[in-house]
Parts: sequence; structure tokens; C-alpha cells
Amino acid sequence: MSKKLKAAIIGPGNIGTDLLMKMQRSEWIEPVWMVGIDPASEGLQRAAQMGIKTCATGVDGLLPHVIQDDIRVAFDATSAYVHAENSRKLNALGVIMIDLTPAAIGPYCVPPVNLADHAKNLEMNVNMVTCGGQATIPMVAAVSRVQAVAYGEIVATVSSRSVGPGTRQNIDEFTRTTAGAVEKVGGAKQGKAIIIINPAEPPLMMRDTIHCLTEEIPDQQAITESVHQMVAEVQKYVPGYRLVNGPIFDGKRVSCFMQVEGLGDFLPKYAGNLDIMTAASLRTAEMFAEEIAQGVISLPARQH
Amino acid sequence: MNLQGQYVKLHDMSLRDGMHAKRHQISLDEMVTIACALDAAGIPLIEVTHGDGLGGASVNYGFPAHTDEEYLGAVIPKMKQAKISALLLPGIGTVDHLKMAKDLGVATIRVATHCTEADVSEQHIRLARQMDMDTVGFLMMAHMATAEKLVEQARLMVSYGANCIYCTDSAGYMLPDEVTEKIGALRQALPTEIELGFHGHHNMAMGVANSLAAIEAGCARIDGSVAGLGAGAGNTPLEVLCAVLKRMDCDTGIDLYKMMDVAEDLITPMMDQPIRIDRDALTLGYAGVYSSFLLFAQRAQQKYGVAARDILVELGRRGTVGGQEDMIEDLALTMAKQRGLI
Repeated sequence: MSKKLKAAIIGPGNIGTDLLMKMQRSEWIEPVWMVGIDPASEGLQRAAQMGIKTCATGVDGLLPHVIQDDIRVAFDATSAYVHAENSRKLNALGVIMIDLTPAAIGPYCVPPVNLADHAKNLEMNVNMVTCGGQATIPMVAAVSRVQAVAYGEIVATVSSRSVGPGTRQNIDEFTRTTAGAVEKVGGAKQGKAIIIINPAEPPLMMRDTIHCLTEEIPDQQAITESVHQMVAEVQKYVPGYRLVNGPIFDGKRVSCFMQVEGLGDFLPKYAGNLDIMTAASLRTAEMFAEEIAQGVISLPARQH
Repeated sequence: MNLQGQYVKLHDMSLRDGMHAKRHQISLDEMVTIACALDAAGIPLIEVTHGDGLGGASVNYGFPAHTDEEYLGAVIPKMKQAKISALLLPGIGTVDHLKMAKDLGVATIRVATHCTEADVSEQHIRLARQMDMDTVGFLMMAHMATAEKLVEQARLMVSYGANCIYCTDSAGYMLPDEVTEKIGALRQALPTEIELGFHGHHNMAMGVANSLAAIEAGCARIDGSVAGLGAGAGNTPLEVLCAVLKRMDCDTGIDLYKMMDVAEDLITPMMDQPIRIDRDALTLGYAGVYSSFLLFAQRAQQKYGVAARDILVELGRRGTVGGQEDMIEDLALTMAKQRGLI
């Protein structure tokens, strides 16, 4: 039996297609199905050309094939509105759900911070927070694992071209969800998130600022070390994740200035915000697959 | 120019844009005293919020002396005729802040986006209209988009429910001809019941001239700030604009001498630094940079030894937009490293 877990991607848009391209290089995940709702969609046609099975009747069209094709993990890149139903149906068949929507039914997952715990617990639904969250929460956690953080604030600046209509119509969801995860996953007692959209041409690379206010005077050496270690962890799945400046210290303030360059698979390199979502999602599924291969966890039993 | 007999609604910014110049440290007492004096002078609309709008309290923009709730809660019950407005930048403030402001009695909400990104304002504008507020779509850094683009973006905000659209010269970059062109295009494109407004900064000393051009081209509302207290070289000095409009027989309903007294006796004494067109403020206007970057760039100069003017010019070259204050320290660090200063 191959060690690879077989996967379905729901939502053949930019994110789904980028994810598919990354997955084709994966040692642990094998893309099998691409699921959409419009037979004429370019994303489904692209997937079909890449040799992937496609269906245009939503998750319901995939369900009859789940057991036969041994689908073990699904990535939902649709919307918060349909995610809950998608997740319920696929979880019932023993499929692990990686949620790239803002639905956040399952626990937040930021790979270098808490993925190992989710994998060990075999969480059947994990949520990938937001692009800004993936880019910044590792840095908040890098500080909070050294000493208590009273307040964590992140500023994500993204190019106008990389922000889709869904995010624009509900930009509050970004700020709320990210701020919540800065607290829950990042370990700050209070979290705040700000997003700025910049229309410059050529488009600017995603950049992020992370400010932490520590409760006591920061241990500069320990925090600097921790930050560099954390950057290296993120770089394992996003090679273009870069600490441009910092950490700098000013009283109890610790600030890091990051830039996120994407791999340029399907999405342009400047769209590091989208790349870090797809890369983190794939990394999440891979960790589950590794833990299964090592016998740490077992997949839900299925009758063959 | 003939503005005789025309009415224009002047909107004071000293207690919101002025928060930038005061590093958001205006006391509750100062807020209430100034708002009451403006109310008595006949100003119809006064903005009270953190400089970066509702929810602006942050490391990035500065923590204020008091919360938005405290400021609004202290000022609104004291007003006899003036209405209070609040600013909200989607991406910083949320609909929760908007509801709080409405509950406290804020009459006018101004939803501000970069001039090309109006579609992030949909949920906030829709809710404000549902709550029956005077709802303004506030297109910032308007010098960075063509008249056609501004019209397109203004139409989006109107489609969400905005009853007034602002052309906002956040960088104090525009010259009167550009104001005439852009306000003229908006006036021509939008239904007559949609009001237009202009918000100027005085970085090129064009605040008053631009405001006159805006009124002539069809603006019903003009922003200014008593004694110019605002970001950069400040906003259009309101008592000066009042005097000019009075000379032109343009009706504002405002008592000029009372306005002069607020400027001289209340605002000027509380300034941390003179609000004037110094080298750095002029650079903002000249290079087209967001006015509230001024004090951040000057602090970065102090800390890292890179001239504020150099930082501001580079920020302009990179096309930074409102809210990117975090870029200033980042850029100053990078420039200081390149120059071997750190």
C-alpha cells in the first residue's frame, strides 16, 4: 500500500488550482478529485488536463466515489456558507477535512505552532485561519513561547490583485478571525488584526508586521533566537517567508517585519498571502499522513 | 468665482484628524471644551474619533488617551445644535464599532477606503444605511486615481447606500485644477441627491484654494480643522476658510469671530508642535504621501538617523497608501542598514 493519502480538492478556483499544483509534488498526498459546481469552469478543465478526476455537481457528486477511490483527506476552498455541509458529509465517510474557508468549525491550525497536536488527536476538521494569520501567528507564538505576551497585533498588507471578492465583501471576518487566532494559537492575551490593501503596480509582495507587547521586559536574546527558529520552520513549507527587519525591541514592544513571496505555482509570486494558505494546508495534510505512516494515529476504519 | 448665496456645510476635523497631530492624546476635557465652543460657533458637524477612525487604537497607529466610546460618550450629550460624525476604515474598524458609535448617538458615519478599493466598504455602508445614519463614502488618497476611476468607485459606494461621496486629498497633493476636474466628474456622474464633499490637507498651502474649487464644482460639504489641527501641515484651516467664504457671501451659518477665538484661545495653546508647512510636511504634499505618516517618519529619523524627507520620498515612490504606518519603521531600518548606520 502506498504511504500517500488520497485527496479531493473542493473549489477549482485560484486557490484550489494552486493547491493541486503543489500537491502533485507531494510525497505524502496524492490528488485524485477536483470538485466544482460549474462544468464550464476553467479550473475543472485544467484539473482534467492534469489527469485528475473531476465532478461538477458539488460534494454530492464526489460522495459515491469516496470509499472506492479511498479518499482520506479533502481540502475545502469554497466558502464559509457551504463548508459546514461539505464537512459533515465527508467526515461521515471518514474523510479528514482541511478548511481553507473562514467557517472555522474545527480548531485553528497554524502548522509550526499547533499542527502536531491536531495530528496526534486526529482532528477530523481543522481550519487554516486566514492568510494574514498564517503569515503572522508563528511570530506571535515565537515570542509567547519565551514569555507572556499581553497584547499581539498584526498588520497584513496585501496587493489589491490578490484579494478576491469574498474577502472584500466581508473584510470584518478577516480582522475578527485573525485577531481571535492571534489569541488562541499565537498565545497573546489580547489580539488585534489590521489588513491593508494596496493597489500599486507592479503588485507589492505580501508584507506583515507583528507587534507584541510582553508583560515583563523582553528577553532579547531568547526572543531573537526563538523568532529565527520559527522563521526556519515556516520556510520548510513557504521558502519565500522572510524576516526583513527585527525583532526590534522598544521597551516592552517586540516587532518583526516580514515579507512573504509565493512559489509562483499557479498564483503569482507577489500573492504570498494566498501561497501561504495553500502551502500551510498541504503541510497540514502531510503531517497527518506522516503520523499515520508512523503508526502514531490510525485512519478511521473502512470496510473494503 | 461666484459662490454668492450658496450654502456649504463645514465639517470640523480638529478632534479627529487633529488626533494625529496630538498623537491621539487629546484629553476628554479638551475634547468636550472644544466641541462645545465649536457648537456655540454654529459648526453643524464635528468629527470625533481616533485619528485612524473607530478601532484605530493600536501599536501601529498609536494608543489614544481614551477609547472612542469615552470620547463620543463625553461629547455627544453636550451638543446643542452640532451633530457628531465618526470615521471608520474597513480593515481597521468593524461593524461592531459602527454599532457602538450609532448607539452613542453618532449621526454621520464616514466609511473610508483607498480610492481604488471601495468594495471593501459594502458591509459597513449597508449597515449604516439600515440604521438610518447619514452615510458618507470617503475615497482617500484621491490623487492616486483618475477621475474615471473615482467615478467608478463612487458609484460602488452609492450602490451600497452612501448618500454622500468625498474626494479626499489625504496627501495634500492636489492642485485646484485637479479638484475641479475630479469633483466635476463626480458631480456629472452621480445623481443630484447624492452630496459631494472635499477633504483637504494644507501641505502645499492649497487647503483653502482647493476647497473653493471644490465648492464651485459642486461640493456641498467641506472638511477643515480649526487652526488647521490635523495630520501633516494640517487640514484646511477652518476659520480662514470661514472668513474667505464670508467675504464671498457664501453662507456657512458660522460665527466667524467665535471660530477665530476657538482657534486662538483653545486649539493653538494645546498644539505639541506648530502646525505648519515645514520641510517634511511639504514633502508629503510634494511626493503624494499620506499625511499622518509625518510624525512617524520624524520619530524614525530620531531613532535610526535617516532623514524623514528621504523616508517619505521613498514611501511615495513605493506607492504606499493610508494605514501603512508599519512600513515607516521597516523602511527606516532597511535604509539605515544600507547606509551603514546600524
